[in-house]
Amino acid sequence: MKTPGPKDKGATARGGGLKISVCLGSPCLASGAAGVLRALRETWGEAPIAVIGTGCMGPCSRGPMIRIERDGHPAAYYERMTPQAACTTVAAHLAGAPPGQGRLAPDFPFIARQTRIVLEQCGRIDPNDLNSARAAGGYRALAHAIGKMTPEQVCGEIGASGLRGRGGGGYPTGTKWELVRAASGRRKYVVANGDEGDPGAFMDRTLMESDPHRLLEGMVIAGYAVGARDGFIFVRGEYPLAAQRLGAAIADAGKAGLLGRNILGSGFSFRIRLRIGAGAFVCGEETALMASVMGRRGQPVIRPPYPAQRGLWGGSTLINNVETFGCIAPIIRNGAAWFRAMGTPGNSGTKVFSISGDVATEGVLEVPLGTPLRELLAMAGGVSGGSFKAAQTGGASGGCIPAGHMDVPVDYESLKGLGTIMGSGGLIVMNDQRCMTDVARFFMHFCQDESCGKCAPCRTGTQQAARLLDRIAAGEATSDDMSQLEQLCRFMQETSLCGLGMAAPTPVLSTLRWFREEYESHVRDRRCPTGVCAMEGVPCRD
Amino acid sequence: MPRLTLTINNRSVSARRGESILSAARRSGSDIPTLCNLGGLIPAGACRVCLVEVAGYPRPVPACATRAEQGMVVTTDTERLTAARRMIVELLLAERNHSCAVCVMNRHCQLQDLAARLGIDHVRFAFISPQAGVDISHARFGIDHNRCILCRRCVRVCDEIEGAHTWDVDGRGAASRIICDLAQPWGTSTTCTGCGKCVQACPTGALFEKDAPTQKATIDMERLSEWRRSRK
Repeated sequence: MKTPGPKDKGATARGGGLKISVCLGSPCLASGAAGVLRALRETWGEAPIAVIGTGCMGPCSRGPMIRIERDGHPAAYYERMTPQAACTTVAAHLAGAPPGQGRLAPDFPFIARQTRIVLEQCGRIDPNDLNSARAAGGYRALAHAIGKMTPEQVCGEIGASGLRGRGGGGYPTGTKWELVRAASGRRKYVVANGDEGDPGAFMDRTLMESDPHRLLEGMVIAGYAVGARDGFIFVRGEYPLAAQRLGAAIADAGKAGLLGRNILGSGFSFRIRLRIGAGAFVCGEETALMASVMGRRGQPVIRPPYPAQRGLWGGSTLINNVETFGCIAPIIRNGAAWFRAMGTPGNSGTKVFSISGDVATEGVLEVPLGTPLRELLAMAGGVSGGSFKAAQTGGASGGCIPAGHMDVPVDYESLKGLGTIMGSGGLIVMNDQRCMTDVARFFMHFCQDESCGKCAPCRTGTQQAARLLDRIAAGEATSDDMSQLEQLCRFMQETSLCGLGMAAPTPVLSTLRWFREEYESHVRDRRCPTGVCAMEGVPCRD
Repeated sequence: MPRLTLTINNRSVSARRGESILSAARRSGSDIPTLCNLGGLIPAGACRVCLVEVAGYPRPVPACATRAEQGMVVTTDTERLTAARRMIVELLLAERNHSCAVCVMNRHCQLQDLAARLGIDHVRFAFISPQAGVDISHARFGIDHNRCILCRRCVRVCDEIEGAHTWDVDGRGAASRIICDLAQPWGTSTTCTGCGKCVQACPTGALFEKDAPTQKATIDMERLSEWRRSRK
């Protein structure tokens, strides 16, 4: 037993048993969390006070976040900590007089109203410590699945849970697993899609950085269920911290017998390798992703054959989003019925959203599917800087939800009905100071830059559409340009090779559907109602 | 060889298992226009000119890369398809610098032929006019990127038939560019065998033989009236 140092004597005398968690997710690190952790460790880091670095606690724009827990007391969250403020706060806690400065209310909606299933352990465990993950229940579902269930039963359980792909498509996960399980061929593969490229999306990064073992566990269970021995995690190059933590987690899990040969003595072997993207949005498309994993140019190929039929190196391949794999362990642990009880019929379980833009608190939220948009906004503290105008879902492939539809339950079908998509879960909130044609223009330029260039409609169509939107923003467009833009958009939807090209015009069509008068004001009156578009050379009309 | 039957343009057509819609349609007398397709190469389905409608499918599919299936009902020539094909060719014409009058392939160019066939006499879109560059460092051949439509027939023929894989694509989207080896002058390539298959495969004047005399631009009244007819 370690004897407490001199500076801890007082602390021990006053009760100790304090657990201080410092968020070490990318956003908190960017605002100085590493310094806060160092200062706390230097000042208080000896038993019985525990200072640990954890993953994301949720309210990213309020970082660095710390949480102080003490037996018998509710956890206290503090926002925007500096090293000095953090030390003072801990001292005050030890003195029995917790300060109000920087403290979030106990019922702070962003934290209190979440239903955390996928992010269960994010912000609670040390992502660099396998023991921390196992103590919190990590790999228990794996032991259960390979020890007590047949692959058929695992697939059946996932199918019964009603889980749907969280990458945006919403395809039933159980059906996909069953297809790969039933496929012939000796070599099969499991791939986790961590190429989260949509502007405003950072759910998968949060999970990979905060609880990498959850992803590994889901993948090993999937490998067991479909009969694969090899897995790949494709992480975008812009996520170095996620890649580093995943790499360490793979090594640790391998040493502990949870990965690699003869997992937990069951005779089942499965290894996972990491692949880092090189900055192409299109690699989030599954056929392009597979090409990249195999070392080829990351561009899509025509489906069918689907990856389940012929994927990596010709073998049947299961590709799921990171968040989808994150749902697996809780489903195996608690059963399909438990999962189905959350959300709405046909949309079971929870969904992680990354909310950003004009809201009081930006960050990562997990709520049951079917939660109204209004509730999500309320959890984020409401719209900032003006009144609510629209929320963009699904990033560059999605559309927006206007103010009149704030009570829409956020599920796959309801969003589709509004001309947008669930997408991977990025939610960008815009207030009434934002110009919607400018938003459409931003996304079209994004798609133009990110088009792989293989098929003609996407490569050339995005170039022309971006030019037309530039003309609209500059006050140079005519009504002919407007109809040409709409024609181009429908053309790209119908004729592009892959999903990204088909979805590239969605932001334009969606803003045209809800905010056509704003476009008309740019074209007819040569005036930007919000004053965002510069309209150089156009005489002032007011 | 197992055979199957499908309907193409209201005509019952017999096809081999694994045969493409394009090949079955051509045999039955329905000529679907193509651009990136070249017999003997693995279809890429990239130019989207050969899109056809299949009953029950939500969107048109490329005839070159879609297999014929038992009972399929295919239409190759609807208004919607013609509009899409015209749009593709116009967009391609606007993307780089296609000046037929000064092109070595004038009157032998598949892009030009396709435009004539579709009755395209003007382009609705803004000409982007990039400075795409020319490489004439090779002793016998040259590549003019201004005339390239990125169909990748050269890349595929070099890889799949010649086995050299000298050509590839660099960059993405509008910045896509056919490159030689690791983006070096063609003349310095150590993998190029000088076989000329890429030049033969190129549908436009992007790849050309240096010694071939440049076609003199001529005014061909017959061709003009052909265009006029096709517009009606």
